Amino acid sequence: MTSHVTTSIEPTGIRWQSILPIVAVLALAAVGFVSSDYIVTVLGFAFIYAIFCTGLNFFMGYTGQASFGQSAFAAIGGYGSAILCTDYGWEPLLALFATMVLSGVAAVLVGYPTLRLRGHYLAMATFALGLIVYEITIEWTALTQGYMGYSGVPPLGVAGFTLDTLKQQLVVLVVISLIGVGIAARLRQSRFGRALASIAGSESAARALGVDIARYKLIAFVIAALYASAAGSLFAHFVGFISPEVYGTTMVIQSFAMLYLGGIGTMWGPMIGAIIVSILPETMRGLKEMQDIAYTAVLILILIFAPRGLAGLSVLFRRTRVRVLEKA
Amino acid sequence: MALLSVREETMRFGGLFANQSISFDVEEGELLAVIGPNGAGKTTLFNVISGFFPPTSGSIHFDGEEITGKSSHHVASAGLVRTYQLVQLFKQLTVAENVEIGSHRVTRGGVFSALFRPEWMRQQEKSVTEGARDLLRFVGLEHQADMMADTLPYGRQRLLEVARALAAKPRLLLLDEPAAGLNTQETEALAEVITRIHQAGTTIILIEHDMSLIMKIAQRIVVLDFGKKIAEGTPDEIKAHPDVIAAYLGGTETVDA
Repeated sequence: MTSHVTTSIEPTGIRWQSILPIVAVLALAAVGFVSSDYIVTVLGFAFIYAIFCTGLNFFMGYTGQASFGQSAFAAIGGYGSAILCTDYGWEPLLALFATMVLSGVAAVLVGYPTLRLRGHYLAMATFALGLIVYEITIEWTALTQGYMGYSGVPPLGVAGFTLDTLKQQLVVLVVISLIGVGIAARLRQSRFGRALASIAGSESAARALGVDIARYKLIAFVIAALYASAAGSLFAHFVGFISPEVYGTTMVIQSFAMLYLGGIGTMWGPMIGAIIVSILPETMRGLKEMQDIAYTAVLILILIFAPRGLAGLSVLFRRTRVRVLEKA
Repeated sequence: MALLSVREETMRFGGLFANQSISFDVEEGELLAVIGPNGAGKTTLFNVISGFFPPTSGSIHFDGEEITGKSSHHVASAGLVRTYQLVQLFKQLTVAENVEIGSHRVTRGGVFSALFRPEWMRQQEKSVTEGARDLLRFVGLEHQADMMADTLPYGRQRLLEVARALAAKPRLLLLDEPAAGLNTQETEALAEVITRIHQAGTTIILIEHDMSLIMKIAQRIVVLDFGKKIAEGTPDEIKAHPDVIAAYLGGTETVDA
């Protein structure tokens, strides 16, 4: 009988776990809505990063592979949107989707040969990808305007409606990032998602069960690229200005901190991490020159006491709940 | 026609013949054991059959089709599923999810069906969940369904690996030393599970060192020694076979071994 109790608790556990973060995110957005433009900007960056990290989580979390070059696809999205919208007058939304397609194609072309590599070698190859695209954004001045960057990128909008204020844009970013998490959750809880998780668990076992490893790795890489591209485009529209530095190595490091802090491989981890890593330094502004030290100290403490990330803590909670019910 | 037929299979690593001209057939519904001293080439044989590396020469046919040199996931998709000598679980996933992944071969759907959840997909998910629960009950792990796989005791991890392989509804199941590291009690539980799988109609090839287990459940035995097949027959024939006795109890070969 106990087993019956254990399995029947599963659906309610999942519902509880998905409603709470949504409420928290909406509450945060509401706070942003009544705050200054500065805080709105910080929150906007947080949700853009949440989209980027949710995508990266497909490849690094679910599938367990390393990519240090995902910023390349954000650059394709960002520069693509900036160029198409400023120079050619495209609709922002159309440009967003067009650059996503472009990034997807690029991910297939790059991923097909590189994803044969594993571990550190894959990390190096993807790192090179990020650096190459970074160099291109600096050197190909005819296309990217080099260090000067692209300014005057119009805000997000569709069919004549433009989101003129930052607050309106924040609302859209929150909605898009929640959709992003929703898609990730659906994909993870399926045959497809299980195949990705099997690769992270043991490649040889996955293969012995008929999982086409190369194919699933590539799909995960492409999905991560699509999210990264969308995040890159959204950044360009949100800030109105992009330069090579935006999509540099810092972006990669930031996103790793977010993934591990929030909980890599979990559904809400990337978003939780993105929000915390973005907001945390701002809450410590009062500490002046000690700000960076305090910030990194908090990051380290979180990683010591929640090594599986903050989202991992909810799993602990769920499991004790199940155990209590088993005893009852 | 035999379900699996191995013909003149040779696997050479540099100067070492891990397998040398091995031939044998496995009939549908049979339980065949492969035995031999350490280093006899048993696991290499499994690796070649299951497509983990192509043989140096020779051929392997499964269900009438040549599978020589095909990649391991193709071979698995065709219904030839293996387990490992060292347990290879998906440690960070729950026991139930481990088994659910096993159904990959017998289910369908990719990104789009996962996203849009058509009716057939929801039905399939339901049957995957239920199937996993049934298999866990079958091997006696139903109470551990929500535990993380790596928190199971070793003996139970073995059973989980078998349950996961069964979720793939294999036509031929290759078990590589499933009783390795198990105590007597656990081995008995495992023997019972293997017998029940066999009785349910699954063809099995079993590599094993535990002789009492082999003699109890195998219908036919292939004996390897130094990469060659030295005997093949029923348990009683093998027990009395002079070459087998020499290989196990020490003949001339033990001098250089």
